[in-house]
Amino acid sequence: MTEGDIIVRLKENVIQGRKNQDEEGIDEKLSGTPGVVELTRLALEKKILLEEIINALTAGMTVVGEKYSSKEYFIPDMLASAEAVGEAMEILKPILEAANVETKGKFAIATVQGDIHDIGKNIVAILLRGAGYEVNDLGTDVPTEKIVDFVKKESPDYLGLSALLTTTMTEMGVVIEALKDSGLRDRVKVLIGGAAVSDEYAQEIGADAYCVDGFHAIKVLDSFQQAKTS
Amino acid sequence: MPREGILVPNPYERITDEQIRQIHRASLQILLDPGLICFSKKAAEIFHSNGAEVTTTSSGDNPCWNIKIPEKLVIEALDSAPKTVKLGARNPDNALIMKGDEPRVYFISGSETNIWLDVDFPAYVKKSDRSIEIKVPEFHPRRATVADLCQSAHVCEHLETLDGYIRTVNIQDADITEDNKDVNKFFASLNNTTKHFMSGLTKLEQLDNVVRMAELIAGGKEALQENPIISFITCLVKSPLQFVEDTTDAFIEICRRGLPTAVSSSPQAGTTAPIKEAGIMAQINAEVLAGITLGQLVNKGTPLLYGSVPVMARMDTLGDSYGAVETSQYNIDCVQMARFYKIPNYSTSGVCDTKIPGQQSSIERLFSDIVVTLSGPQFLHCAYGLLDCNAVFCLLQAVLDDAHFQMLKFFLKTPRINQQELAETMKQIREVVETPQKLYIRYIRQVMRSGEISAPYPFEGDGESDSVFALAYQRMNELLAKPVEHIDPDTTAKIFQEIPGLLPRLNVYKEGK
Repeated sequence: MTEGDIIVRLKENVIQGRKNQDEEGIDEKLSGTPGVVELTRLALEKKILLEEIINALTAGMTVVGEKYSSKEYFIPDMLASAEAVGEAMEILKPILEAANVETKGKFAIATVQGDIHDIGKNIVAILLRGAGYEVNDLGTDVPTEKIVDFVKKESPDYLGLSALLTTTMTEMGVVIEALKDSGLRDRVKVLIGGAAVSDEYAQEIGADAYCVDGFHAIKVLDSFQQAKTS
Repeated sequence: MPREGILVPNPYERITDEQIRQIHRASLQILLDPGLICFSKKAAEIFHSNGAEVTTTSSGDNPCWNIKIPEKLVIEALDSAPKTVKLGARNPDNALIMKGDEPRVYFISGSETNIWLDVDFPAYVKKSDRSIEIKVPEFHPRRATVADLCQSAHVCEHLETLDGYIRTVNIQDADITEDNKDVNKFFASLNNTTKHFMSGLTKLEQLDNVVRMAELIAGGKEALQENPIISFITCLVKSPLQFVEDTTDAFIEICRRGLPTAVSSSPQAGTTAPIKEAGIMAQINAEVLAGITLGQLVNKGTPLLYGSVPVMARMDTLGDSYGAVETSQYNIDCVQMARFYKIPNYSTSGVCDTKIPGQQSSIERLFSDIVVTLSGPQFLHCAYGLLDCNAVFCLLQAVLDDAHFQMLKFFLKTPRINQQELAETMKQIREVVETPQKLYIRYIRQVMRSGEISAPYPFEGDGESDSVFALAYQRMNELLAKPVEHIDPDTTAKIFQEIPGLLPRLNVYKEGK
């Protein structure tokens, strides 16, 4: 396989949402051929430029986004592609670090204390990882102290808080107050999401943004990133 | 391969086996006493020569006969009537095979309305805030034309759930007469759909022209018998219990030619039939049995459908109420009676009382479409696009109906629960619980593309907007823009050469078209 072939296939496999060779994707003919993970490793072996690899992954995700917008693709397709890109980024991470290339940003996410619902949280985590963010998933029913502790030690750029229930959404405000008390509030942008919350609620508790879903979360984070660089 | 239709695994039954037998016995008694009044001399002679008691009577100036049909004739007719009826199609893949004892449902349009409903979307500006503009559908009724019939056949060709086509509108162009109506409605429909086509006959004298046209399209006389691309609907019995002269004579001639025919009766509970369920059922069953008996006496083995269009009377006007719950009950009872006789059933659903598409229309049609489908009629004349009982046809409504029939068809899919499925999903369960995210999403994709997941409602609006009509209108225009598989040029030329009365403008190959 030539270097050009690898790049073309990498993009195609992102579009197909094939994380590895065991995945079927959409085109059955690809079954058994290398997926994103194998192709990323092969690209590194062949010493293909990091920039080219990342461009192929990004170009694949752009096509996936377009297909989603035109209703050809659905969320499971987006997630499969994002998951594949996320895996590729994990492989590239040590090389990126060695080359002093920063990720788009560090994002921590948790379902707040008292709430064990995590479907939305997990989807957001997969999509953001696929969009090039470094994601730390703290899990469900996470005590406020643990979240504050993580922010203190790991300094994420963004903190996502999730809650499904009206009885647990108040914990989001508790976390924000605890961050303030610890002098950490200005170090991290707090985003909230979940069925029970809204834009108004985000303003009420002093969060930086409310995200309707994972795609919205990408847009919000990208806009924060843009504001940071400009 | 014929069309599959949808097999209803455990058909819904309203009446018990004993009630079916009771209705059957009551109907046989009705056929003997009081019997039927017959305005067709031909029919009276056929019954008389086969042993029925026929006495001359009178109704005003019209000669008529009282016919008492003995049980033996009915039972013999039920024996000889085919238990499987094939309705062919221009495209053989669109043929329909109907078995009287198999609850496999085919969705077919109907019926024959005088009015065509146009739709457009004029814009309205909010009085209190002139920056806000909305588009509201407006419906405009007008007399239907042959061009409308072509359009509706064209769209119905592309409606995924529609298995066959009954002419939807009565063509009323200035150059359409009683003499040329039949040939033009058959040609307009057959030239714009490759699905099975059923229609009534306006004038008996046109029968041979219509049959000849079908022979030319099917490839000859024998080919038409093998692949009957057309069939007929005949309401030969007018309720209560009267053989109508012209329709009965037409029915006799159609049976002689051996083409499939729906023997239909449409009594109205309260006026032309008893208001009580037992009464209307005993009567409609007697009326259909009388028709089936006549058909089999004319031509033993001729394919017939047990046709039923029973309807409840509205208490405020004594007009038909197809939206009434009782109408669906009667139809389901008829489905069960037909299945008892193992003769394929032509049933009715989806006709609504309201005059325009909207919430009432959706509720009435969806209710009857669901419940009657679940009873498993073979030929469900399910009123795609029909409104105002049977008076109005709206193409937009037909497109809307297709969407809910997709839901209904999906609902009736056979459940896929077996050892292999369970083994595969057990493997998934074990894999997923080991992952940190514990989501099954990665297994969705393959299933999603295999057609195992129902499609979202196709006319869903964004956010809080209701865009159903606008989106369905868009879909309707997309379907109209799709190509039509017309009858080939040579056959068309032969048809125009041999069949008198065809409107030249229907020839799509004519110079300048």
